[in-house]
Amino acid sequence: MKWPAIGYVRADSLDDLWRIQAEHGAAAQVLAGGQTLLATLAFRLSDPKLLVDITRIAALRGVELQGGVLRIGALTRHAELARDGLVAAHAPLLAEAAPLIAHPAIRNRGTIGGSLAYADPAAELPACVVALGATIVTASAAGGRRIPAAAFFTGLLETALEPGEIIAAVEVPVATQATRSAIREVARRSGDYAMAGLAASLEMDGARVGAARLVFFGVGAGPVLAARAGAALQGRVLDGAAVAAAQASLAQDLDPPADMHGPPEMKRHLARVLVQRVLAGFQPETEAAA
Amino acid sequence: MSARVEITLTVNGERVTRSVEARRHLIDFLRLDLGLTGSHAGCEHGVCGACTVRVDGEIVRGCLVLAAALDGAEVTTIEGLTDSGEVADLQDAFVARNAAQCGFCSPGMVMAAADILRHHPGATRAEIREHLSGNYCRCTGYQSIVDAVEGTLKAREGTR
Ligand SMILES: Cc1cc2nc3c(=O)[nH]c(=O)nc-3n(C[C@H](O)[C@H](O)[C@H](O)COP(=O)(O)OP(=O)(O)OC[C@H]3O[C@@H](n4cnc5c(N)ncnc54)[C@H](O)[C@@H]3O)c2cc1C
Ligand code: FES
Ligand code: FES
Repeated sequence: MKWPAIGYVRADSLDDLWRIQAEHGAAAQVLAGGQTLLATLAFRLSDPKLLVDITRIAALRGVELQGGVLRIGALTRHAELARDGLVAAHAPLLAEAAPLIAHPAIRNRGTIGGSLAYADPAAELPACVVALGATIVTASAAGGRRIPAAAFFTGLLETALEPGEIIAAVEVPVATQATRSAIREVARRSGDYAMAGLAASLEMDGARVGAARLVFFGVGAGPVLAARAGAALQGRVLDGAAVAAAQASLAQDLDPPADMHGPPEMKRHLARVLVQRVLAGFQPETEAAA
Repeated sequence: MSARVEITLTVNGERVTRSVEARRHLIDFLRLDLGLTGSHAGCEHGVCGACTVRVDGEIVRGCLVLAAALDGAEVTTIEGLTDSGEVADLQDAFVARNAAQCGFCSPGMVMAAADILRHHPGATRAEIREHLSGNYCRCTGYQSIVDAVEGTLKAREGTR
């Protein structure tokens, strides 16, 4: 369907953006890659009066190593996440996640800022940033905030962003020798949003798990941190018994709603399968084969 | 705020300046304003891939790009790609394998396949399928399309 009548304006800097917001208030909506916003416009699912193009604001671009964190600008596209050398070295979970998002042509435009701000419960990147313990760095006319990823996602398609506040960047603690991360999902067709998925980041203490963050997507209103399953892994060697313990704990961690893919029990089953698949990837080959 | 926006961009190597409605997507701009009807609009919400074109060298969904946002951009459509000869062998393979039936998906399919030839010359059959998974074809059943891309990759490999 054609888009409704709408205005367009480009903000060339953050100050430009604040000025436009002051003039147009709630009628103005930020446009990044447009890969969600423009599709929802076609369906009349959103009805902004003015699209404010932020894609040329230099302050929202770039990937940089800053001490112990990797700062990823909000405008970083999914395709860039997939091929950026710094991301591959310091936040490999994001590099692994990017190719799971949609299709190449969509990944060439869609941005990490847009994906986090939209907060689709089945999206990969929100789950990844929670698993990584990342910080969402925001900007607004009133000043910026730093919000822990786990506190950023507040409900179905809802975030901690205030009106007029935007995501400027994501800061990810860099992976160390002891970090193991992986993402797996189950989707009916390549490129579809997942029926269920799991992003995991573990800190190893030798052969044992020091701490584990298992974050599911597609099984709740937003990314779901499976705290009990993570705790069940703590201090253990990643063997079959550890996998079974984590799987058993999921019953208390997850309360999946039924959706178009199937009933809660199907999602619970997929979650158990995903735990096995993710953890098997971290095991020494002999264990995984057993 | 403006409902019309003036843009200057390069389309298939030619500079064009136009005043466009803010709500115009790139495909309507190409088809209706420039008369370049090779790019197709199917679903117009990002799902089918019929609208695949290149913007600044990378493939995009033309139906999910505002023309108004393309000031200064470089756009290549199936017309430009064909004229350049970049994929003449791929197009011959499409014909030879009967990879175009009704042809509605073909311009987008060739644009996406050209992306494989450029960026992933060593792509396996599975990788070809994966790369084309966002381009729907309602006629061929895909087999012949994947055959055409695979055959072209192999032929190019042989001549390198
Ligand atoms: C066919 C199709 C399949 C897809 N499949 C997947 C998938 O499998 N997994 C997945 O995760 N995604 C998928 N997507 C969505 C895609 O990843 C989008 O790119 C992403 O969700 C939104 O990013 P964007 O830059 O395009 O944002 P936009 O569409 O421009 O914006 C989305 C929303 O975020 C707001 N926004 C954008 N940037 C900011 C910012 N910096 N600060 C504050 N608010 C902001 C906008 O106002 C809008 O409300 C799919 C999209 C399509 C069309
Ligand atoms: S017309 Fe653009 S994806 Fe279908
Ligand atoms: S040839 Fe008819 S849709 Fe592909």
